Amino acid sequence: MSVSAASRRVPRWVNVALVPAANLALALLLSGVVVILIGENPLRALRILAAGAFGDAESIGYTLYYATNFVFTGLAVAVAFHGGLFNIGAEGQAYIAGLGVALLCLGAGGWPTVLVIPAAIAVAAASGAAWAFVPAWLQARRGSHVVITTIMFNFIAAALMTHLLVNVLMKPGQQSPETREFDPNTWLPQLHEVLRWLGWEIGRSPLNLSAVLALATGALVWFYLWHTRWGYALRALGHSETAAVYAGISPARTIIVAMSVSGALAGLVSLNEVMGVQHRLLLNFVGGAGYVGIAVSLMGRNHPVGIVLAAILFGALYQGGSELSFDMPKLTRDMVVVIQGLIILVCGALEYALRGPIEALFRRPARVETRP
Amino acid sequence: MRAPRVPGTDGAPPVIELRAIDKWFGEVHANQDVSLAIRPGTIHGIVGENGAGKSTLMGILYGYHLPDRGEILVRGRPAAIRSPQDALAAGIGMVHQHFMLVEPFTVVENVLLGVEGSFLLKAGLGRARAEIVRLGREYHLEVDLDTRVGDLGVGQRQRVEILKALYRGADVLILDEPTAVLTPQEADHLFRILGALRAEGKTVVLITHKLREIREVTDVVTVMRQGRVVATLPTAGTTSEQLAELMVGRRVSLRVDKTPARPGEAVLEVADIVVEDALGVERVKGVSFAARRGEIVGIAGVAGNGQSELLEALAGIRPVKSGRIRWRGSDITDQGKRSPRRMRWLGLSHVPEDRQRMGLIIPFAARESAILGYHDEATYNRHLRLRREAVAAGFRRQAAEYDVRPTDGALPTSAFSGGNQQKIVLARELDRNPDLLLVGQPTRGVDIGAIEFIHRRLVALRDAGKAIVLVSVELDEILALADRILVMYDGHIVGEVPQATATEQALGLMMAGVPPQVATGQGPSQQGRPTGAQAG
Repeated sequence: MSVSAASRRVPRWVNVALVPAANLALALLLSGVVVILIGENPLRALRILAAGAFGDAESIGYTLYYATNFVFTGLAVAVAFHGGLFNIGAEGQAYIAGLGVALLCLGAGGWPTVLVIPAAIAVAAASGAAWAFVPAWLQARRGSHVVITTIMFNFIAAALMTHLLVNVLMKPGQQSPETREFDPNTWLPQLHEVLRWLGWEIGRSPLNLSAVLALATGALVWFYLWHTRWGYALRALGHSETAAVYAGISPARTIIVAMSVSGALAGLVSLNEVMGVQHRLLLNFVGGAGYVGIAVSLMGRNHPVGIVLAAILFGALYQGGSELSFDMPKLTRDMVVVIQGLIILVCGALEYALRGPIEALFRRPARVETRP
Repeated sequence: MRAPRVPGTDGAPPVIELRAIDKWFGEVHANQDVSLAIRPGTIHGIVGENGAGKSTLMGILYGYHLPDRGEILVRGRPAAIRSPQDALAAGIGMVHQHFMLVEPFTVVENVLLGVEGSFLLKAGLGRARAEIVRLGREYHLEVDLDTRVGDLGVGQRQRVEILKALYRGADVLILDEPTAVLTPQEADHLFRILGALRAEGKTVVLITHKLREIREVTDVVTVMRQGRVVATLPTAGTTSEQLAELMVGRRVSLRVDKTPARPGEAVLEVADIVVEDALGVERVKGVSFAARRGEIVGIAGVAGNGQSELLEALAGIRPVKSGRIRWRGSDITDQGKRSPRRMRWLGLSHVPEDRQRMGLIIPFAARESAILGYHDEATYNRHLRLRREAVAAGFRRQAAEYDVRPTDGALPTSAFSGGNQQKIVLARELDRNPDLLLVGQPTRGVDIGAIEFIHRRLVALRDAGKAIVLVSVELDEILALADRILVMYDGHIVGEVPQATATEQALGLMMAGVPPQVATGQGPSQQGRPTGAQAG
């Protein structure tokens, strides 16, 4: 029989939950070895990390604030990935979207907040999409690969933003390259403020309304990919261009749509950072979230639910990691990067190392049943 | 473990013996308790439907797969074959269905590849040349040693593959579906080579699904079904019907019953079309014909003579460089007027040659594959939403009508066998009641039971007054189904033959490029006249 060895009898939860959990455990184990080599107690490090990320409402707030960015960029990478495209440019797309949002907020001093928020969402999505459109168009019409062009567009975005911030947008009479602070009516409400207004007191954190938007966006992406004909066309193209052409799906148009949606999702990061936390545009506010999105999407199996969970994990690493370097000076922030790297290595590159044996473990009883 | 008895093959001890082999792929029990003895100096055929486990078994013998249980004995001694290198060391060689040759290399270089013998190439080349010349003479494997393999025809490449195996010292040769890419004449030549190998004491294992070949060349035949060996018989004394019944497990009809065609108006006419492939090479070089209602037009030819490109051009997938295309009288040559989407809308359905690459999306759920190309239709959509309940219901209905198994549309398309995948495509395309059906290799990799079913559906569609263009490299299939046969060679239609007067020999010669008046032994009146002219 040909290789139609579908892993049908393996229970779904094994694939969806057990394998990722085992991968994560292995990654943490390996990180523990690194911690021992540095000369610290790995169990204590893990305890500090966990407490730093989830110990109280304030740390949870910080964790979720980081996770919000990663949800947006993770979704961005996943949408492109389902179309067979590797969008490395979420970083630049989010950065450029920040420019759009900042210009809107600087000009919307007199607007009511309920008007500014939807306008900002539209502007963030549109400017992120615009920055992704150019590489998409180049691939669709000229055949230049998006992996290359989106990386280059990250550098172009960085250079452009530096130029604009230093020479055009910088607040007069100050040294740091950032805009003036926006008027408070253009700030995204903090979640602790919203909840206090609803009569529920939680600790202060940068967590803001964009976190709710991130969840809603995840649901939208899920609907788009699996419950619309456009998502169907996108996934068809991602699996087989030949079959897509046969089916009358235009690869060029689909690539452009997918990359634009991807860029729009990445652009939403700027709502969290620029409008929700910093309240001004400053250099490099994306801070690598675009690249983390690749790992988040990978670990979340390109599915919105997985992406939200993976984003929270990476958010916890970011937040807990800073606590860790505070309490254990031997473990610098670079330790977080090491753990991240190990997670990517185990979940991505070594995924099949654990999956095979685990699946075999669950398949064996079924074999006995089918024996005559 | 008890040694299996193989009836009808007494004599010399087996050169290869497989004992109680079991192999699982995931949930699939590909080989179940398979025991088989192959006597030296015989041609041993292995037949079975697709998915019967033939290739898996040979993969185990050649070291591609490790058996989960059972043992392999070579010349009476247990052998641990864990890789093709082990197999070669044990004297077992494989000629692959898809040739594994380096096209820019010459024949000698290809034969030598991997067994160069020393750091410097020159010495090895000299030694190899003498040996290859000797092998070629001994086994009728004549092939020019200094030609680049890229310039050789398929039949010749196959000889290079056989030379490779022999040069590596194989005295048991496994051939996996060797005639799939050959003309009948080339296949005959191959069989003569196999005869010569047997005469020199080599052993040949021939995997095939063509019963005729089994009966023509093999001494012993093993029939496999659903991973098991159901019979091993001396070939003399078997009949095709008997073998087919053993393969399928029930009586099957190998004939297609149909009445003479009553051709009606032309649905599609093409005049002098030229089509290029993806690399810009002209593959269709001025083809004209018409597809009429109530008629099956068969396009015969050895794979790679432009049929695929022709079919794709007619389906709107590939642009035409020149020539005209008319649909029910109106000109649709302009690429903008005949995108695949618009062709579907006009009433064209297309069962592509390669269902795995084009006709289906293998990782998709089967019910998702079953709407490919029709996912935009109103039946499946409400406003923004793809109506998954309608998709599921559509699959259930089609699966019931076309006897697709399993019936669970949520399973990935990959979980379906070749025959059932083909039924999914066929159900999807016939469900639209098309005016014209383009169908490429409708039964490639499909089991006999399903072939019967598919042929009946195609004839029923014809009898309902629809036009069908059938491309197939299986001459038997063309002869059984087509009412009018066009033979393609090197991008041209070299001739047209009505089914009534077609013979396999004549078609075979035309497939090799021999003009029809020579091939059929008749006057030039049989010459392929563009029928588009008279219909349009």
